[in-house]
Amino acid sequence: MKDHLGRPLVAVTGIGLVTPLAWGREANWAAITAGKSGISRIRRFPVDKLRTTIAGTVELPEEAAGGEPVSSAVRVERMAASAVEEALSQAALGEPGAFPGPLMVGMPPVELEWPQRFALARQANGNGAYPAITKAATGRADIYETFLFGGVGERLAARFGTRGAPIALTTACATGASAIQMAVEAIQRGESDAAIALGADGSVQQEAVIRFSLLSALTARNDDPEGASRPFEKRRDGFVMSEGAAALVLESLEHATKRGATVLGIVSGCGERADSFHRTRSNPDGHAIIGAMRNAIADAGLAPGDIGYVNAHGTSTPENDKMETLGMRAVFGDAPPPISSNKSMIGHTLSAAGAIEAALSLLTIRDQILPPTINHHEPDPTITLDVVPNVARKVSGLRHVLSNSFGFGGQNVCLVVSAAP
Amino acid sequence: MIRQDVVITGIGLVSSLGEGPDTHWDVLSRPGAKPVVDEAAFAPYPVHPLPALSLDAQIPKKGDQRQMEPWQRLGTYAAGLAIDQAGARGLVADMHLIVAAGGGERDIAVDEAVATAFCATPPDEAGPALNEKLATELRPTLFLAQLSNLLAGNISIVHGVTGSSRTFMGEESAAADAVRIAAARLSEGRGGIALVGGAYASQRWDLLLLYGAGDALWRGPFAPVSARSGAGGFVGGALGAFLVLETAEHAAARGATPLAKLAGVATDATHGRAGRSAATARALWQKLGAPRDGLGVLSGMTGVAEARTEEEAFLASLGDAAVRRTGSLLGHGVEAAFPANVALGALALSRGGFFPAMDPADAGDGPVDRILVTGFGQWRGEALALLERAA
Repeated sequence: MKDHLGRPLVAVTGIGLVTPLAWGREANWAAITAGKSGISRIRRFPVDKLRTTIAGTVELPEEAAGGEPVSSAVRVERMAASAVEEALSQAALGEPGAFPGPLMVGMPPVELEWPQRFALARQANGNGAYPAITKAATGRADIYETFLFGGVGERLAARFGTRGAPIALTTACATGASAIQMAVEAIQRGESDAAIALGADGSVQQEAVIRFSLLSALTARNDDPEGASRPFEKRRDGFVMSEGAAALVLESLEHATKRGATVLGIVSGCGERADSFHRTRSNPDGHAIIGAMRNAIADAGLAPGDIGYVNAHGTSTPENDKMETLGMRAVFGDAPPPISSNKSMIGHTLSAAGAIEAALSLLTIRDQILPPTINHHEPDPTITLDVVPNVARKVSGLRHVLSNSFGFGGQNVCLVVSAAP
Repeated sequence: MIRQDVVITGIGLVSSLGEGPDTHWDVLSRPGAKPVVDEAAFAPYPVHPLPALSLDAQIPKKGDQRQMEPWQRLGTYAAGLAIDQAGARGLVADMHLIVAAGGGERDIAVDEAVATAFCATPPDEAGPALNEKLATELRPTLFLAQLSNLLAGNISIVHGVTGSSRTFMGEESAAADAVRIAAARLSEGRGGIALVGGAYASQRWDLLLLYGAGDALWRGPFAPVSARSGAGGFVGGALGAFLVLETAEHAAARGATPLAKLAGVATDATHGRAGRSAATARALWQKLGAPRDGLGVLSGMTGVAEARTEEEAFLASLGDAAVRRTGSLLGHGVEAAFPANVALGALALSRGGFFPAMDPADAGDGPVDRILVTGFGQWRGEALALLERAA
């Protein structure tokens, strides 16, 4: 019931998933193991004159029925709530509306978007100047509570009855992994027997797509949406923005065992390391990502040779996949384990990615199936890794998976998830 | 797990009153200090403006300065001050970092021009026009300046802090939890030294738009926190506040002098204020388990009426503690407010004194043996920190 450092082992007893592939854990896993792509042309807003016109998107039921697109803040909250509901229903922990532990919310920064700005400017007689729209917005509690950074977490905490102050956090593309790490730490320090960790992102809106595009981070392979995300492949040229959410119900193994819960796996190690090199690039020597990977493996009390598979950060940018390869070779030497990127299918879900990938890593162990890296047609000779090309692979005896998350701004977090002991 | 004591060995403080511990002590330890207020530039919203900073002293590369806007510069600057005071420049590689962050600056001119130009355009025409306009007008670097996690990113890049990096979002509560978790991690042996704090650039219309929508801002001539009648509101104060925290053992081993001991941090969030928030804070106070005698309080009261009422009810339960409403002199610095008051508490304890009244409602006198910092925020969340004299 304790780990090699005398800390309580932290079990996962519930998983919830939403991605462009599907709402729901098992539907997502079926699509992932079948190698399906969830990337398509953006239909949410006009894409005229945009360099990138594809993404992974998650439509809410009312949008699918023809309603106006919601803001990122609302989409994040709705997907998050759905993922938490699913995870809680699997874990069967706590009474409805009374979860016995804290909530860690990995999410993107949210803010007023153009539809809200335009509406306020119309209200101000066509004046879009800040003093005028600020005056028009005065007393609009709906705007305030929707776009406060604390709003999403507050409403989710109230809805699920989690304990204490919900903590919303961002570490860029490592956010979902950070949220899990925060929950694991809370249980390890005895703050609580259980916690909910979630990562959610719904940033496919006009301005965000343009901003990422201006950073030259996105692929513009618009004529082939399903083939656009090609991590580790020779012709990769940027990531595909995507949306989704994943939630994990975590509890001490002792707590889970005592109440007879089904243990889906253990989060056995968390490692992090920040980079001080550049705002959007890793240090060419890779020490921060290598450090994060090694820290996670050591935190789990394992040696690199114990890791049977790596769920890659694998964004499909030339830079990331090169650096991740460097990290893999540094940590694992000449015989690195297989590594695959589910971003080849669902794109880069940004703040949700770390949580989605941890969830998929647990399912990988459960079913002993390595998800593929699809769109792998022309190998990159500099990527000397087994990327599980195109087709899922049945394995046996897989016990420990390393899940990598490397963020803009140099924030790197790796998790080790393991089979139930 | 053995819990270790956590001490504060450095504070980095920038406010409208100036920068650094000496300036703040000089101004705030004398009766009759006056706030620095600009009532005109963002009328009808008064603000406490940012003081002039010698940015080169903390952000030596012009290239780094150019990659940031005032919010990230302020935070990066204050973080550097804290590291300097702690004498911890040599320890940054393994220093852990938690930043409480809001959003960074938007391009105000582009926002205004685009909103004015397209607000009345039919949606099917506005979409493509907006694409074209934003793709040509938005500066790529401004995206990075706007990203919340890049205050932490810049602290890593400029000061080399790389032990770990986390950014909490959620206004005032985020900062209190940042201090709580940074201290808890040290206490349980996850590293020896950490940097935690936040920044608030008050002279920003994009923030006034957000907080104004919630009626959380004070309008009209400046008034002290306790005198903001009716629905009340906060007056934004430029504030950068970072703390270097260490285990007592780590500080002692390197001969660093603690300013104060961080004896406890407790937070919660009631989902609704009336009547419940004060009770929640009283429960947190019980959890901290400190005696009420010799208690000084540095209150983060914002002036927003509902939160103020709840906090006043809580403060009344503390007997004759000496209460100081720092918002009346510093303004409210949202994510920086809680760390700033912890910094001021550490400053007072390190100087062996306390501050005279800052607000007409402030009562009680020193000397104080311990200091309680409160944070009820503007909307949700209750937070307390307890500081004691370093052993």
